Amino acid sequence: MDKATVIKQEVAPAAPVAVSVGGNSFRRKITYLSSGAALLAIWWLLYENLLSLSRLITYKVLSLHPETHLGAAVEFFIYETPKVLLLLTLVVFGVGVIRSFFTPERTRRILAGKRESAGHVLAGLLGVVTPFCSCSAVPLFMGFLAAGVPLGVTFSFLVAAPMVNEIALALLFELFGWKVALLYVGTGLSIAMITGVVIGRLRMEKHLEDWVVEITSRGITQPQAGLDDEHMDWEQRTRFGLDAVKEIVLKVWPYVTLGIAVGAGIHGYVPENFLAGIMGKEAWWAVPVAVLAGVPMYSNAAGIIPVVQALVQKGAAFGTVLAFMMAVIAISTPEAIILRKVLKPRLLGVFLGVVTVGIIIVGYLFNIVL
Amino acid sequence: MEIKVLGPGCAKCHALEANVKAAIQELGLNVEVNHVTDIKTIAEYGVFMTPGLVVDGVVKIVGKVATKEEIKKLLSK
Repeated sequence: MDKATVIKQEVAPAAPVAVSVGGNSFRRKITYLSSGAALLAIWWLLYENLLSLSRLITYKVLSLHPETHLGAAVEFFIYETPKVLLLLTLVVFGVGVIRSFFTPERTRRILAGKRESAGHVLAGLLGVVTPFCSCSAVPLFMGFLAAGVPLGVTFSFLVAAPMVNEIALALLFELFGWKVALLYVGTGLSIAMITGVVIGRLRMEKHLEDWVVEITSRGITQPQAGLDDEHMDWEQRTRFGLDAVKEIVLKVWPYVTLGIAVGAGIHGYVPENFLAGIMGKEAWWAVPVAVLAGVPMYSNAAGIIPVVQALVQKGAAFGTVLAFMMAVIAISTPEAIILRKVLKPRLLGVFLGVVTVGIIIVGYLFNIVL
Repeated sequence: MEIKVLGPGCAKCHALEANVKAAIQELGLNVEVNHVTDIKTIAEYGVFMTPGLVVDGVVKIVGKVATKEEIKKLLSK
């Protein structure tokens, strides 16, 4: 503090205007940092005390009995809902700030200049951090092609983006530890890259709809402005993170609550090891059945993971439920319908087929490794 | 004047449309706003990031929810 005052005095006579601006931004920085630290402290306090808080509410305030089905279910719900939402808020904010560095425009520029082999790896990784909403996936897809990104590399991006989901990653890390989180990222990226390589090798460019080929062959004719990316200052990046929280958390909280309610029901009412027979490791057919059931479904990761956790607790094999989760978040019927507008049936089929088979293999892999 | 909002129906596209309508109202203009959801038509404009804004056939905004003020400036030029 003394230092700041001294500097101010020294410089003040020479450049009063500059100093007043500098002092302001300095004060703003301090305000930002201290309010950030305070929020983080409150977050942590809440997060640490959720278990005792949920017990207090369930057994003292609602005076339910700990041994009953209802008691177990209610405790699970009251504990998990704020926990998942708190975690989600922090992760979405963090990822939002990271994403302010990677706009779709920039990602496309990076990928357009790369050779195919390096492109697949890069496309997968960029798919994870590039912000775009699921409904702009198809225009983005065409933009990549128009910029000269190879079809296969474009698919690596398109598969990785929903498959390796930051919300899923954070929740898996929290609930099951870093090994599971790492396996999830690694296998998810592998599926994305393999899908891209397969489609690239099969030279499926002619299986794009004709109008797509026509339009993308014109190249990028419009400047795709997008967000004014690279030149944001930290205040703007913080804004970007907060906007992401507002947009994503407000959108997914009903799914999350519903997912936890289903999870709470399973937790309280389904007997231990009940699922071992049908969803356990011994049931070899459980993985493909779970994946095929999950492919047409749509939910977001935040809603599905509480269900995953409850199923695992009741004896379901981890790989089976994880494969189910990946199938649910990676592809869905609405997405396939939109993609059908730009892909001819054979290309759509190869895309769905490779992703589905990939997820099934990952399911078995998880069941063996864990 | 003719204004088109390009977007396949996502939250951001609706946000842009709302801002456009608010801007028009404040400027007291009498123009019709069309919302184009067809991907092919959107791509024909060379727009690969949604939402986009087209004024009198010219693409003005791509891939961003412009604020009401930005749109007002754009329309009063």
